[in-house]
Amino acid sequence: MQDTINNLKERFDATDLVERRSNFAFITVPKNKAIAAITYLKELGGFTTLTLITAVDWDEEGLMQLTYLLNDPNKTLEIGLRIFISRDGEEMDSAHHLWPNVEVYQRELKEMFGINFPGSPNINDNFILEGWDDTPPNRRDFDTKKYAEETFFPRPGRQTHDPAEHMKKNMYPKNPADYTNKKYNPNR
Amino acid sequence: MAKSKLFTISEDRSLYPELDDNGKPIVDLSSHKYVKLWQGPQHPGITGNMSLELTVSGDEIVESKTHVGYLHRGFEKLLERRLFIQCMPTSIRMCVAEPDTNEYVISNAIEELGGIEVPEMAQWLRTLSLEMARLQVLLRGVPGQAGTFALGLGYQWGNYLRDLILDSFEELTGGRVYHMYIIPGGVRGLLPAGFKERMEEKLKLIDEFVVKLDKLMFQNVVFESRAKGLGYIPKEWIDKYGVYGPSARAAGVMRDVRKTNPYLKYAELDFEPYTTTESDVYARSEVRYNDLIMTVDLIRQIMAKMPETGEIKAETPNVLHWKIPKGETYSKCESSRGEYGMYFVTDGSTMPRRVNLKGPSYTHANALLDRLLINANISDTAAIMVSLATCPPEIER
Repeated sequence: MQDTINNLKERFDATDLVERRSNFAFITVPKNKAIAAITYLKELGGFTTLTLITAVDWDEEGLMQLTYLLNDPNKTLEIGLRIFISRDGEEMDSAHHLWPNVEVYQRELKEMFGINFPGSPNINDNFILEGWDDTPPNRRDFDTKKYAEETFFPRPGRQTHDPAEHMKKNMYPKNPADYTNKKYNPNR
Repeated sequence: MAKSKLFTISEDRSLYPELDDNGKPIVDLSSHKYVKLWQGPQHPGITGNMSLELTVSGDEIVESKTHVGYLHRGFEKLLERRLFIQCMPTSIRMCVAEPDTNEYVISNAIEELGGIEVPEMAQWLRTLSLEMARLQVLLRGVPGQAGTFALGLGYQWGNYLRDLILDSFEELTGGRVYHMYIIPGGVRGLLPAGFKERMEEKLKLIDEFVVKLDKLMFQNVVFESRAKGLGYIPKEWIDKYGVYGPSARAAGVMRDVRKTNPYLKYAELDFEPYTTTESDVYARSEVRYNDLIMTVDLIRQIMAKMPETGEIKAETPNVLHWKIPKGETYSKCESSRGEYGMYFVTDGSTMPRRVNLKGPSYTHANALLDRLLINANISDTAAIMVSLATCPPEIER
């Protein structure tokens, strides 16, 4: 593991090493050397399996973190590569030539985070959402509550009742005070 | 690639498309040689809510494309607006069939980043609950493979026994399907009085079931002739396509997190996951069948080795104000389908910054299934899909 980390530092200017466990570390690689570093890890470093690709939105800093998690199944080592790009529409190089399933991850990232990977096959196809033209939903500035309120409520035939008010109105239509008296009267 | 004994690929290839360098067919729909056929999202031969867009020529599939999106509930996004303890009831719903693995991976990630040590008794109980979860999945999953060849009897037997295991879960946790037994810091309770004896009675019934299932499935000529040779995964595809768990072990490649990265109490248990090399639907069924037998044995071992009582939960900060320092981790375990992991990022606040679930279905159902179905017969689609144990909720989250 230490050899791999040293190589990443020397050849690919990797920084910010965090060793989570003895066989598992995270390290940051600059964007322009990211695909080269991943190719090195896959072809020469023994990290033959891609566990996942995902993104983390650091909106306060205006950055989008891409995480590539690679696995060496023979030595049971794991390494997470962090790549930071600007969250304002910056593109990332595609890695679809390395593993066939990268294409699916990149389609998902385009749809959910708005990160484009030019040259990736079927990158503009819908993955989960259909006909979505709003902010990509996994970005931090997408407000799920606001979206749900605007899109789904109020819908005809769907009203919200305060249970106490509803019972007061329907059970004691002539004298609503009865409900209150019964509910709170300790001597009842 | 995917041919069984009953359906052979036509010798005359003039009607079929040529393959490109990556093995993908070059389909020209305007030639009128092909028909588009949708299997799913509502179809008995589909695992959960997903659909396959098949391009067929006669009975043979020449191209397949997986479509998901029928089950998206935005769990990962919802978790970013929940306190760590509030993540528990939401995260378990990401996989209906085996929710306990979700409980474990998220609790483990929270504990790792929050610096919490789980007591030994809780680790034993977690191991037990994870194995019980695997058992109830396999009781339906193993005979379910025969169900894809219209051999539904074993599935009914398995479902009855699964219900008995759900009864045990109800005793232990109060819930049948969703348990929330594993929580950050430990587990929610000790074993009830007489639990081990009642579990042993159920395991004896499963021992009898396993013998009957062998006769029903593996000594059945219909199952054998349809499953052997079907859905072959070459060994070199394991890393390339990201194949995990029983599907990789059926190709002779050891992929079992319990063995390769032992967690909880698995290092103290005596077990050897079954591997074979045929790598077809039959071999994958065999691996799962042997997993079922091994799981019964593991539950017996756990119940024999675990202490009678002990501390079940470490002290955690007040869960309503619990802040975890900035950090990230990947926590994983072995589900019945393969490696099941969660990438968890915290930013020093009371809520997670980002949660990303990675189940084996993500790769099995997308790139791999698309490739495996080429040259398969339409009627074998469900069998190949079930043999990979695809679970759409893992893909959409």
